[in-house]
Amino acid sequence: MRNLGIAAVSAALLLALTYLLDPFRDYQLATAAAYLCAAAGLTVLIGVNGQLSLGHGALMAFGAYPVALVQNELADRGVSAQWTLAVSVLAGVAAATALGAVVGVAAARLHGPYLAGLTLVVAVAVPSLATLFGGVLHGDQGLSVYLLPPPAALGPDFPFERWQAWLALAAAVLTMLLLANLMRSRFGRTLRAVRDDEVAARLAGIPVARTRVLAFVVSAACAGLSGAMFAILAQSVSPSAFALTLSLNLLLAVVVGGLGSLAGAVWGSLLLVLLPWLVDTFTADLTLSPDLRQRLAGNLPLAIFGLLLVVVMIAAPGGVQGLLKGVLKHVPQVLAPAVRGRRRSAGGLDDRLQR
Amino acid sequence: MDRFVFLTVDGLSRGAVYAAFALALVLIWRGTRIINFAQGVMAVVTAYLAYSISNATGSYWVGFIVALASGLVLGAVVELAVMRRVEHAPPLNAVIVALGLVLFGQGVLGMIYGNQYRPAEAPFSRVAMTVAGVPVVSRYDLFVFGAVLVLMLAVAALFTRTATGLRMRAAAFEPMVSRLLGVNVARTLTLGWALAGLVGALAGLLVLPTGLGLHPTAMDLVFVSAFTAAVVGGLDSPAGAVVGGLVVGLVLSYVGGYVDSAATPLAVLGLLVAVLLVRPGGLFSGTTARRV
Amino acid sequence: MSALLEVTGLTAGYHGVPVLHEVDLTVRAGTICAVLGANGAGKTTLLRTLSGLVRPAAGRIVLDGAELRDLPVHELVRRGVAHVPEGRGVIAELTVDENLRLGGLWRGGGRALRQAVDQMYELFGPLAQRRGYPGHLLSGGERQLLALGRALVGRPRLLLLDEPSLGLAPRLVAQIMALLRQLRDDTGLAVLLVEQNVRSALSVADQAVVMSLGRVVTAAPAAQVADDAALRHAYLGF
Ligand SMILES: Nc1ncnc2c1ncn2[C@@H]1O[C@H](COP(=O)(O)OP(=O)(O)O)[C@@H](O)[C@H]1O
Ligand SMILES: [Mg+2]
Repeated sequence: MRNLGIAAVSAALLLALTYLLDPFRDYQLATAAAYLCAAAGLTVLIGVNGQLSLGHGALMAFGAYPVALVQNELADRGVSAQWTLAVSVLAGVAAATALGAVVGVAAARLHGPYLAGLTLVVAVAVPSLATLFGGVLHGDQGLSVYLLPPPAALGPDFPFERWQAWLALAAAVLTMLLLANLMRSRFGRTLRAVRDDEVAARLAGIPVARTRVLAFVVSAACAGLSGAMFAILAQSVSPSAFALTLSLNLLLAVVVGGLGSLAGAVWGSLLLVLLPWLVDTFTADLTLSPDLRQRLAGNLPLAIFGLLLVVVMIAAPGGVQGLLKGVLKHVPQVLAPAVRGRRRSAGGLDDRLQR
Repeated sequence: MDRFVFLTVDGLSRGAVYAAFALALVLIWRGTRIINFAQGVMAVVTAYLAYSISNATGSYWVGFIVALASGLVLGAVVELAVMRRVEHAPPLNAVIVALGLVLFGQGVLGMIYGNQYRPAEAPFSRVAMTVAGVPVVSRYDLFVFGAVLVLMLAVAALFTRTATGLRMRAAAFEPMVSRLLGVNVARTLTLGWALAGLVGALAGLLVLPTGLGLHPTAMDLVFVSAFTAAVVGGLDSPAGAVVGGLVVGLVLSYVGGYVDSAATPLAVLGLLVAVLLVRPGGLFSGTTARRV
Repeated sequence: MSALLEVTGLTAGYHGVPVLHEVDLTVRAGTICAVLGANGAGKTTLLRTLSGLVRPAAGRIVLDGAELRDLPVHELVRRGVAHVPEGRGVIAELTVDENLRLGGLWRGGGRALRQAVDQMYELFGPLAQRRGYPGHLLSGGERQLLALGRALVGRPRLLLLDEPSLGLAPRLVAQIMALLRQLRDDTGLAVLLVEQNVRSALSVADQAVVMSLGRVVTAAPAAQVADDAALRHAYLGF
């Protein structure tokens, strides 16, 4: 299977890469990988199936909180081993998948702004659960996540950030592998058929509503995994980490990278990590008052993200991947087979938005 | 019983604001089939402007007037500079562009004003006046009711009594025919956005002093409540928006008062899901099915 | 008398595919010109191109010496062109009175508009009793009268009518044709009349243009077209 080969090679390369990077870079890489899990899932939902979700930040919260709860609960009961992490992450994925199924069923008949509005309300409403169940979830303050140091077998000086990067990269590679296969499968074609023309799909015997719900569930599972990784990276969970802005950032990653393309999700996730860092580096060189620097810190990237979203959507709805495609069209014929391969692996690179 | 009276008045007062905000959404939806997801952040921008002007001049009312005027301008600018370019694209594009504006606006506000909450000043007392020993309604509530009522009457008069209103309605229903009859449809759309900007600005000014305060994301919850109100009312109907707003205001007030204030966002979600599943055309829809 | 509307070499279509091919057409003031042809011949497209809804790829549209082809649609009424679209285009959500006012709104509101609308009520008696009715409550015939009246409120020099007889009772069709004749004679109105109902169109028209597959195959006095059996058989199906 070609995808499996690609996945193995990228995993090996990434593993090697983590040894070359310092802990801070490893942490950035881990963050991008964690974003990628959710962004890739969202790509399948928006780009391939045509359902917009603004609620993926909330699904990530459902992936993250169980990690904290299960890790801490097991630690309190004296169960302290690396394997508990697998259980916690699975619990997170399961919780997010369950919420995804519920939202997916509610959303199955909705389109356009109605679907966007419903998922937006989900994104705004879910963080309030932390306050509502403050006894367990500790409100705005959130929970810390009990984590063991990296396994001793990795050596005594193994940085914790590299261990986090391994976990997040494993999650991202696994997600990409599964989604790439899914997009090339019969189910992938079904998803696209429903996106392109619901009536035609229905006439062709495709159960439209079930397909849409399934797309939501798959995408929610990815968001759950992503949220679980964020819990591991931050070693804490709180509602403010999963606010509406997170959902909008994910949307940005998916749109700027190129709707409908998993490769685009990679570009988008890197952008989410690199842009704030670039802005910080840039403003650090300027002589600014501490107050102004603080105001710029979170907000300048936000403004740039917003501007990017608007500009990309108006000027280049195909995103980075669409632009690459355009450039690759003009390379000499010798490279043509490679280009074709790339196109196919990119799946349903989306013409929908240019239509 | 006292509590019920208090919650009802409070719900109606909040509902009046949601109604105004929902009206802003409906105005744009009718003309362009776009839900303006940036309506909330646009209102916050004007509210910050009011804050700065009021601080500089020492007068609440100068800030108030400037905010309304800037809402009008902002609405027109957003339509002309941005939304016009996606009006004929698939609906997803307009949603995404509007959300881009949300991030952009919140980022810019954060850069200028920082991310701490600032108090939003109320021009009248928010302490309820008592009638026969029962606290009923505050001066500020009365101001809210009055302002929204004046706004609604003015909008209704604009649409039913003026040539401009006739053009706007015609362009919203039948853009092609309207163009043949000499209506500059593009201009009516700009006007619609401008009007919505003003209405949204007023709603923002009225709602922020009621415990929300000034913050770049302060209108997020108001937006989803007003969106729900607009859907409850049927999205196409200004009168529906009013009723929907009052319904949502009351529901939120009762849930906040009798259950838990942290449960109000979930109540909005429940209400929206219920309406979308049971009566997707809104509570006042006829028999015509609507694709949602 | 010189031509009011002079169309030359007009080529237009949808999505880059031409539907009209080098159409030439002349309409003089105070005359009715019937545009005939089978379904899909391009008659509607011709009218839509004249009023700016479809942008021509080539050709000229000259009204009274002025080029129209690059004007926005909403400017056309200001030049004296009124287009009653196929399917009538009554705005169902607006009342009869509002629909009528809309037709003259570009001239400005006020007393003059009120007078123009009242004139239409005199001309179209049935509408006077329906002033406050929303468009969707009208019968097919009432809608056609309303669409026609709305176009006339703006006092156009050139009226583009797309199949006014569609779905109407013969008596009403005759009334409409008589009205067109009267307007032509009394006010010097020029009419470009697209019709499937060939007989009644030819009965009022001065000139006739026969279209087929987007081309003008004949342009001649109406009587001559009515007498040309071969032409009728070939293109008009009777
Ligand atoms: N909106 C449109 N998009 C694409 N093709 C169209 C459109 N409207 C009409 N056509 C095509 O143009 C041709 C002429 O149509 P039309 O002008 O409506 O003819 P007529 O009015 O004479 O029946 C037909 O072949 C029709 O399919
Ligand atoms: Mg036709």
